[in-house]
Parts: sequence; structure tokens; C-alpha cells
Amino acid sequence: MTMVPLDPSSKPTSQRLITEGDTVVVYERHDAMRAVAVRAGGVLQNRFGVFRHDDWIGRPFGSKVFGSCGGGGKAKAKAGGGGFVHLLAPTPELWTLVLSHRTQILYIADISLVVAYLELVPGCLVLESGTGSGSLTTSLARAVAPHGQVHTFDFHQQRAASAREDFEKNGLSSLITVNVRDVQGEGFPEEHCGAADAVFLDLPQPWLAIPSVGSMLKKDGVLCSFSPCIEQVQRACEAMKTSFTDIRTFEILLRTYEVRDVALKSVTSEEACVGPLPQKRRMLTSPGENTGCTQRSSSILVRPCSTAKGHTGYLTFARLCV
Amino acid sequence: MDSTPPPPIRREAWEGCSVLLDINDGDRLAFFRLTPGATVKIGNKTCSLQPLVGRPFGSLFRLGADGLVPCAAGDATSRDHNTRDGADGQTQDETRDNRSLVDNNTAQNLSSDDIEAMKRDGATGDEIVEALIANSSTFGNKTVFSQEKYKLKKQKKYAPKVLLRRPSARSICETYFKKTPARIGFMRVDTLSLLLSMANIGAYSDVLVVDMVGGLVVGAVAERLGGTGYVCSTYLGSAPCSIDIIRMFNLSSDMVSRIVQAPLSDLCSMHSSGNTPSLLNGGAEGEMVEPAVVPDEDAQASVAQQVDTAVSDEKAQLSTDQPTDMEVSEPSLDEHPVQDENSSLDGKGSDGNLNASKSSKAGKAPSPEKMKYWKEHGFSSLIVAAPGHEVEHLVADLLPLLSYSAPFAIYHQYLDPLAKCMHSLQVSKMAIGLQLSEPWLREYQVLPSRTHPHMQMNAFGGYILSGIRIHNTDCMIANK
Repeated sequence: MTMVPLDPSSKPTSQRLITEGDTVVVYERHDAMRAVAVRAGGVLQNRFGVFRHDDWIGRPFGSKVFGSCGGGGKAKAKAGGGGFVHLLAPTPELWTLVLSHRTQILYIADISLVVAYLELVPGCLVLESGTGSGSLTTSLARAVAPHGQVHTFDFHQQRAASAREDFEKNGLSSLITVNVRDVQGEGFPEEHCGAADAVFLDLPQPWLAIPSVGSMLKKDGVLCSFSPCIEQVQRACEAMKTSFTDIRTFEILLRTYEVRDVALKSVTSEEACVGPLPQKRRMLTSPGENTGCTQRSSSILVRPCSTAKGHTGYLTFARLCV
Repeated sequence: MDSTPPPPIRREAWEGCSVLLDINDGDRLAFFRLTPGATVKIGNKTCSLQPLVGRPFGSLFRLGADGLVPCAAGDATSRDHNTRDGADGQTQDETRDNRSLVDNNTAQNLSSDDIEAMKRDGATGDEIVEALIANSSTFGNKTVFSQEKYKLKKQKKYAPKVLLRRPSARSICETYFKKTPARIGFMRVDTLSLLLSMANIGAYSDVLVVDMVGGLVVGAVAERLGGTGYVCSTYLGSAPCSIDIIRMFNLSSDMVSRIVQAPLSDLCSMHSSGNTPSLLNGGAEGEMVEPAVVPDEDAQASVAQQVDTAVSDEKAQLSTDQPTDMEVSEPSLDEHPVQDENSSLDGKGSDGNLNASKSSKAGKAPSPEKMKYWKEHGFSSLIVAAPGHEVEHLVADLLPLLSYSAPFAIYHQYLDPLAKCMHSLQVSKMAIGLQLSEPWLREYQVLPSRTHPHMQMNAFGGYILSGIRIHNTDCMIANK
């Protein structure tokens, strides 16, 4: 199975059962997942127990599977005998959460904005540099599949090789070509001249590659440059002025919320009635609510999660002048 | 590439296609269909849109004596006024300021009669702007930035520019969000992008969609499918919601044929689980199906107006833009941003293979084979955008229609309905990886020595609840 279906039969459905050779995302918790290649006789051991791959084969994706004893202790006890995990079909979003970080990677908020602003649709040809850990590359591949192409370039031989391996394992080889090339120094290869629908740059000195991008893009094609620092953005924007238009720079962050079923203490309860503020508030509650009921029924409350990313990078988009 | 598919994106406007016109750098944004009789009114002049046919998207036009004329290639860059001025602006030390400016209306020596005379003599807009600058006694005392601002203001009045933009999910969402945000449930473009990513939309997906945002989501999904897979737009009650916005996308007939519509009751009854859908047997039904959303919509419209006002304030400050059209407050909210009254909506009278004619075929009922397939295999993704509805029960009915491990993304303009929905999914254990999130998007002005975030930003683009449907343990035990 491939992460991005290349034909109607290769997508995961409820009828598609886990088979040997599949990659599954083992979901322990929202912040604890890993990709596992399923093989006969294989064993996964984690804090929730010992899981035999053989027990997974033949089950649908999305199944909950229980581990046997022998794993770590406390979580197992909590789960009541045997710990469990869920086996998920891999998607580019899950891949971003489980891939091995060889570089800083792009996360979903930036990725989704990049794909939308690059106006990628199936069949597009997109160029990317550098490849990094392949987080964005995987989403680019999904956007242009089944007939489009992603040509990605990294000057780091080892990194390119690892990325190529990952794409291979995820069944994306027919969509992604990984090349070793110093795009800052050499530009993109001539063969893509005037053929690219979109170009993405994540380079330390993007302005060096921008003239080359200008010759790669189709007219009205979109360039995106991702930079963590504003100084990089400034120089990149300067370089874009000669042949690009519609130059816009954004910062996108994702604020997440936690939801709890909470029973807030009522101000009418005895212990709460100290100090001037509760007294004042009590006057606002209707008499009916006061009588006899000191415990309010619980309600669903929401608040932002206290930890969040404060900055990822600036996204600058521009269109090649017509 | 084994086969030779057509280019994924047509980069020139063609007869009968949908186009987005950006008049005077965002002052006015409107969709048009390039039918032979289509016109646009600019100032007091009505111009045919025929000169746009065959021109590349991204082309800039000016108002000539006989209508729209393509600008010379060099002018194309000149539309980025705020970036263009930077080069000279920063290098010279700015010592001028506004200390000597007096607002007594005597600065301009050219009278309106003089200007009219120039026009009669055939002066171009740019020449009039030059003349106005030459005859302004205060122009030389202004700062470089202020001079640019003045020039722009005059240009917009005397030398309007029309930019031909390609309608895409991005530009369509941005346009509606700017002009009639209530129509699309206040869904900002970054939020729409996240919905598509979180729901894993790609080729060959079978996407179940509840679209109460005018068809924006259905269109965006169809664009990502590229004529593969299906987008099944489902609805409550007996009449589908309008998905008219899909007409703004230039969807090919292949892509349009992948859009089907089915009432939720049909989809639920096809599902063999035996569970009666909670929405469909009394209780919530009346509430859900009644057009209770209509007064709501009105309320939103007034909010929308406020939002738009805020936008225009921003534009005024940034000097690159004038207030946007305030068409949002007008009664026919639905059709307003789209001025295609010149073309019949279903493309009659125009070329048979135009998208317009195909658009009317969008939303057929899915074939029985397809229904059977979805019953057995499940949908591969779900997106719900029902910003005026309670979603907890709706989602409870929809999730069983998904295949196991399928991701979903629920949009809402309010946080509470999603919080309730998330909590009930946590309790029912129908899904994992639940995340309630809100994107925050800030745009920057990037100029040498003058880089900072825009003074005004849009502070709200909607909330998303995302997650992954799992194989229910109860079912698993029952199956074994």
C-alpha cells in the first residue's frame, strides 16, 4: 500500500486489511506515535506491552490491538491488564509526526498554506529545495498525484539518500525524484526550464536561487520561500522584485485547545462564600438555583493549550510576472 | 508519466471561462464569465470583457479609448507599488515631513474643467496623473512614501487598472472572505487549506462533505481530486444546500462529474449497522432541518459588514488599497460578488463544452453501485462545514460512514459546538487523535527598513476539530 494512492484500488478502505509489508502508524497517544513496517514474526515492544505483528495482519486499519505482558508496568496497569495501541493507515499528516528529524521540518499549518498558495492540483510539476527530512515533500506529492511530479533537491548527499529511502518505503518513488544539487550555487537544472507550476525554497540564502526560479516557473506560476529569520525574508523579497509580482509574506501558527468536562464549584457552596467577590456574585444568581444545590452539574469547558509553537518561519509567496 | 494528461492548469483565459477581476489593486474583486456579451463597469464606462479572451492569467489591463487594453509588459511589475517604492525610498535619508502641509484645498492648480479638457483631447490616464502631480504645489514637499500614496490615489481615479486573476480555491476563498465572509461561514483561506490537509484530500479520495458554505468546500475538494475519486456532498432534510460557488472554479467536466449529492438519510440508511441515525428519528430533526439558519444568516451579515469595514480601514492605512466594495450589505448576498448576469447560468447559448454547462450537472445522485461501494468500503475522508449548526449529533451520524482509520475535519465559526463534539467523541471512543485548533495568520509588510506586521490583521478565520475514525472495539468483538 502507498501513502498516496496511485490508482483507485490502492487507497485504504474498511475492506483493506493490514498485510505484511504495510507501514502502519502505531498510535499510543496523540504525542506518541511511530511508523512500523509490518513483517511476519515481527514484534513491537513499548510501554504498553509486547505486540506481535502477526496479530495485526488481517485486521482493518484503525484497529485497536492489545499487547501481552512483558512490557512496561504502569501504563499497562492503568489500561486494566493489557495495554493497547491503534494501528493507523499512514497519511502525510501522520508521517510529519513520526518521521525521523534529520533537519528542522515543516508542520501542518505551514504545509497546508504552502500547498494551497502554490495552487497545486493533480498533474502539477513542482520543484523543491532543500529536501530536508521530506515532511513537506510528502504533502507536495499527495497534491500533485497521480500524474504530477515533485523534483526535490538537497546539497547533502546523505540526507538526500535517506529521504529517497523514506519515499521508497512509502510508495512515493513514482511521484518524487530526489536529486543531490546545490541549488543556491547552481540553480535548478535547465531541463525544468519553463515547466514548473510551482517552486518551493527552504534555503539559508534563498535570494541566490531566485533568478533560477524565475526561469523554471511557468508564467503566473507561484514561488514560495520559507525562512525562519526576517533578514532572510528581506533579502529574498528584494531579489523577487525584478521578475515577480504579488509578493506577500505570512506567518501562520496553530493554536490548539483542550476540552474538559469540569464541575466548577458553585459560589453558593459554604466554603466559597468568603471574601467580597463571591458575595457580590451570589446576588446575581437566582434564588431557585441557590436552594440546596451546592454542586453544579459539570459542563464542557475549553481553553487554549498552554504550550504552543511561537514561531516556525515566514512564508513569502510571489507570482512570476506574465 | 505514462499517459499524456492535459495540462493541469489552463494559464490563459478562454471563451466561457470564469475569471476573477481585481480592479485597482483589490479595491474591487468580482467574478465574471467570459461570455461574448460580458461587460464590466469601471467608473462610468462599460467595457467588454472580450479583450481578456486568450490572455494569460496575471495580465494587467488599463482603460483605453475603446475599452480594456493590455498593459505593456513593463507595467506588470508596477502594480506592486508598495514593494516598488522601496528601492529609492530607503536609500535616500528621508528628511521631509508634513510640517509645512496645510489642508486648505488650494494645493492643486488644475481644475476639474482642465482635466475634462485633457480627457477630451485624448490624454491617457497616466498623462492626467502626471499633470496633476506637476500642478500640485505641495507634492515636492511630501515624503517619498507620501508622494507614492498621492500618485496611487490619482492613478486609481484616472488610470484604473484591471488585473486578470485565475479563480482557484485560494483566490476564490480570499475573495469571498474579503467581500462576503458570512456566505462562507467566515472560513479563512488558511483554515480551508488546513481542512483539506487534515482530511487527507488527494487523488482517488472518496470524500464525504457537508457543505453549508455555499460550495466553497465542495469546489476546493473537487479541485484537489483533479477528476479522480468522488466528492459526495450530503445534506440534511430533502433539499440540498446551494453549492453555487463551484461555478467560480474552472472545473473541467471530468472534475464536475465527480461531484455527487445525496441526502444524509440515504447514506445512513445504506449503512447496515442498524443504528438509527440520531438526527433522523425525531428529536433533533426539526431543529436541524428547519431553516432556523436564516435569521442566523442575517445576524452574520451584519457582523460581516463590520468585518469588512475593518478591512477597508486597514487598506486606507496601508495606502495601497481603497475600501473594498461594500456589496456585502446588499440584499442579494448570495449572488453579489458574481456578476455573471450576462451569461445564462447553465451555459445555454454558449459553446456546449464549456464548463458552465457542465456545472449544472454537478451534484447528481450517486449511482447505486457507488452507494454500495461506499457502504462496504466507507468514505476515505470527511469534511463538515456547517457553521450555523450544532455538529455533535451530525458527526455521530457521519463517522460510521467513514472507513476505519479515515481522517476527518470539522469546521465551525464557534468554539462551543466543536468542544461538545470533541467531548462526545472522546467519550464514545469513535475517534482518536482529536485536536481542536484555530489557525492564526499574520501578513507582513516587507520593505527595506520598514518591515513589520500589517497594522490590521484578520483575527479570526474559524475553528477546526480534526481526528481519525477508528475501528470500534465493540464492533470488533461482535464480528469475531
